[in-house]
Amino acid sequence: MRLLPKEVDSLWTLFTAPVVWAGHFLICYVSVAIFCAKPGLLSFEFGSLRLGIALVTGATLVAITLSALLAWRQWGFGAHDPPHDDPTRHDRILFQGFATLLLSGLSFVAVVMTALPAMFMTECLR
Amino acid sequence: MLVGCQGVQSALDPAGAEARAISTLFVAMVLTGGAVWLGVASILWFAMRQGRAVVAEQSASRLIFWGGAVFPSVTLITLLGYAFWLMPSLRPFATASEAALRIEVTGRQYWWQVAYHRSGPPILAANEIRLPVGSRIEFSLKSDDVIHSFWIPSLGGKMDMIPGRANRLSLLADKPGVFRGACAEYCGSSHALMALTAVVMEPAAFDAWLMTEAKASINAGGEGGALFVHHGCGSCHRVAGTEASGTLGPDLSHLGSRQMLAAGIIANTEDNIARFIAAPDAIKPGANMPAFSMLPQEDIRAIAVWLKRLE
Repeated sequence: MRLLPKEVDSLWTLFTAPVVWAGHFLICYVSVAIFCAKPGLLSFEFGSLRLGIALVTGATLVAITLSALLAWRQWGFGAHDPPHDDPTRHDRILFQGFATLLLSGLSFVAVVMTALPAMFMTECLR
Repeated sequence: MLVGCQGVQSALDPAGAEARAISTLFVAMVLTGGAVWLGVASILWFAMRQGRAVVAEQSASRLIFWGGAVFPSVTLITLLGYAFWLMPSLRPFATASEAALRIEVTGRQYWWQVAYHRSGPPILAANEIRLPVGSRIEFSLKSDDVIHSFWIPSLGGKMDMIPGRANRLSLLADKPGVFRGACAEYCGSSHALMALTAVVMEPAAFDAWLMTEAKASINAGGEGGALFVHHGCGSCHRVAGTEASGTLGPDLSHLGSRQMLAAGIIANTEDNIARFIAAPDAIKPGANMPAFSMLPQEDIRAIAVWLKRLE
């Protein structure tokens, strides 16, 4: 049994990285907002929350890297140059792979930027 | 043009630890931004000089990848990281031992109520804040009506004053002098006329000043004081050592020792005090104080002279 399917022919591969990015953003934003504004709800230390965000960020970056690797494979590891604009199935798959690869790169940078504040903020007054 | 970067209300002419960090951040951002702009303008100039010369697809792709994706990402993450790294030092909180003095400032349309808290009853004042140089002072920022924002650019960053909340801010002034603060959140028709004087003093002078402020002015008695109470000024204003104990308007105890009048907008002179009593709206549109132009001119003058002597 293969760990990864040989070919994924779905638009969902295109959305994977941005969706993971959105989920990461929500987790960071909501958890810190609740921690700082509702001290009664969460009793642990701010350091634990930062550790949690670091773990989620690590998992998110791994997921995005995986999505990028699949996209790179779908694009043929750079063997074909864009534009992939012929009305054929082959070009559609290459186009989708290339677009997914670019979106994964964008999502990777965005996730790093979302997590940066948690790296430097050491306290939250509540 | 550089004159605009100096003065009593300039974030580029810092007199406090936090303001210094903000100024450094500003310079770093401007220099990096300028370097990026120069780089992009040079590439543009180079591209225009090349005319229609053909560029190999591989080198064009390489330029887009490194110049259009990698460089902006690395530069932005570095600048963002630097700003985040500075942030904890921009918003330090006074430790328990440092917070011997806490200044509570409440924003009101369009003036500032000030209370100095330390051991003993709070010392009340308005529209002027005095700080000892070299000590971290904790501020507690509140509002009684709408959202205001407390900002003394020479000393540190701004902090909103939100009704129903007490926001904390701490400032460490490292240079004595007189600075100007301003309300930095639109709060009504006289928002632009809601300023603040911040006087940074040597610690010994500050302690002496606070001792004087804690007591009633030696000039609190007299005919002007009697007229002040008689005409009802005391229902809104407090003057220590008299029957006047209102809290709706600014505390006027020791008004004569303040540098400015009407929340930092006009010079503190007898004439200006008299003008304000007769027609507050002409100096500060939308102010809650009604005009007292129906009082006899000599009474207004006597009250103004008395207020100016409250030192």
